Amino acid sequence: MSAAKDVTDATFQAEVLENSKPTIVDFWAEWCGPCRQLGPVLDALAAEHADQVDVVKVNVDDNPAIASQYGITSIPAVYLFADGEVAKTSIGAKPKSALEKEFAEYLTPSA
Amino acid sequence: MSNQSGIFSSAVNLGVTGAARSAPADASHPAADAGDDAVHDVVIVGSGPAGYTAAIYTARANLKPVVLAGSVTAGGELMNTTEVENYPGFIDGIMGPELMDNMQQQAERFGADIRYEDVVSVELDGEVKTVTTEDGTVLRARAVVISTGSAYRKLGLPDEERLSGHGVSWCATCDGFFFKGQNVAVVGGGDSAIEEATFLTKFADKVTLIHRRDQFRASDIMKQRALDDPKIEILWNTRVSGIRGENKVAALELEDTVTGEASELPVTGVFVAIGSDPRVDLVKDQLELTVDSTIAVDGRSSTTSLPGVFAAGDVVDPTYRQAITAAGSGCVAAVDVEHYLAALDS
Repeated sequence: MSAAKDVTDATFQAEVLENSKPTIVDFWAEWCGPCRQLGPVLDALAAEHADQVDVVKVNVDDNPAIASQYGITSIPAVYLFADGEVAKTSIGAKPKSALEKEFAEYLTPSA
Repeated sequence: MSNQSGIFSSAVNLGVTGAARSAPADASHPAADAGDDAVHDVVIVGSGPAGYTAAIYTARANLKPVVLAGSVTAGGELMNTTEVENYPGFIDGIMGPELMDNMQQQAERFGADIRYEDVVSVELDGEVKTVTTEDGTVLRARAVVISTGSAYRKLGLPDEERLSGHGVSWCATCDGFFFKGQNVAVVGGGDSAIEEATFLTKFADKVTLIHRRDQFRASDIMKQRALDDPKIEILWNTRVSGIRGENKVAALELEDTVTGEASELPVTGVFVAIGSDPRVDLVKDQLELTVDSTIAVDGRSSTTSLPGVFAAGDVVDPTYRQAITAAGSGCVAAVDVEHYLAALDS
């Protein structure tokens, strides 16, 4: 899993929806092999784009309300939230380059 | 038959951390230190049972293999399974990820240099081959082992991609949890389809196994497991012709392969287990392939159409595709690499 900050059902509103920065949420679980592999990839992405986005993770086992609210049925699921809304989603463990391409508009420094 | 991903992207991808380490130079091959300017003896692309077994054997032969394991595909297919019951030596079975973790550590114990990076291109012609990873690192090697495995096959239906992650899944162990108390379907008739179906009964109320033929390809023990399970219902001679659902899967459109009769099955999840295709994108323009799109090898060896290039595991195997056959094939590749390099040096 990633070293990203844990967000819970209780803190999701404040940490994600009310975050002024776009926030990438990694929905994961202990028993999900691909989730463990995606963790370090998201850590690298977080480090490289720290000025543009925050990266957090939600353990779906411990936080079923958030997972169900967003209709998560596959993990790893990587959701990008901007201004309190889901802006982009990416399902499955993908390499950093692929995620960077999918989330490109939120990762490039704005002028 | 060439789609390259289920929930995974293909192996043609990028590097993240990369555990590059320095190893002392080998006196017999002055250039063979682990620096990336050097010419390595052997680079292994892929890290399933074939890749790691090739790594164990070539490491023990003092060839200091570099394994490009992939950033999110390291460990290969077994990383998505639960209990592996047919890998010899484990009386009570072993969890797939644990088995792969063991293989990785065993390879490292003998000095294999495992890097969690993805290969984007290879140049396999000539005496020194090059392998380029996503971060731009170019590795040069006298021999290359291709063990890139295979990628989940898709149903090829128009709504499959759109509903992927919203009820369409290729990984029961990842996603079964989300279908507690619901009705789901598994498509396929091999061991992995039945394994998925059996696993899903832990969560789902009912699992419908949909198979286009009138009997399973699966082994007898797996067949019996499906037939005996009260939560599993089997639909024989049935093909999935469509997936319905606005934002998530609501039902499958089915067609009887004998009568042509159409029907509908309300489910919230569909798990696709209809086999996989060899991952040959990296090499298909450079190596000869078979009619099955696997890499062509000479007889029982791992020798491909180019000297110094060897292939092992699911990427050469249209038939058996077991962890143990992949491991055996990785061993064959390692021995072939040894013989090839010894002949070059003599």
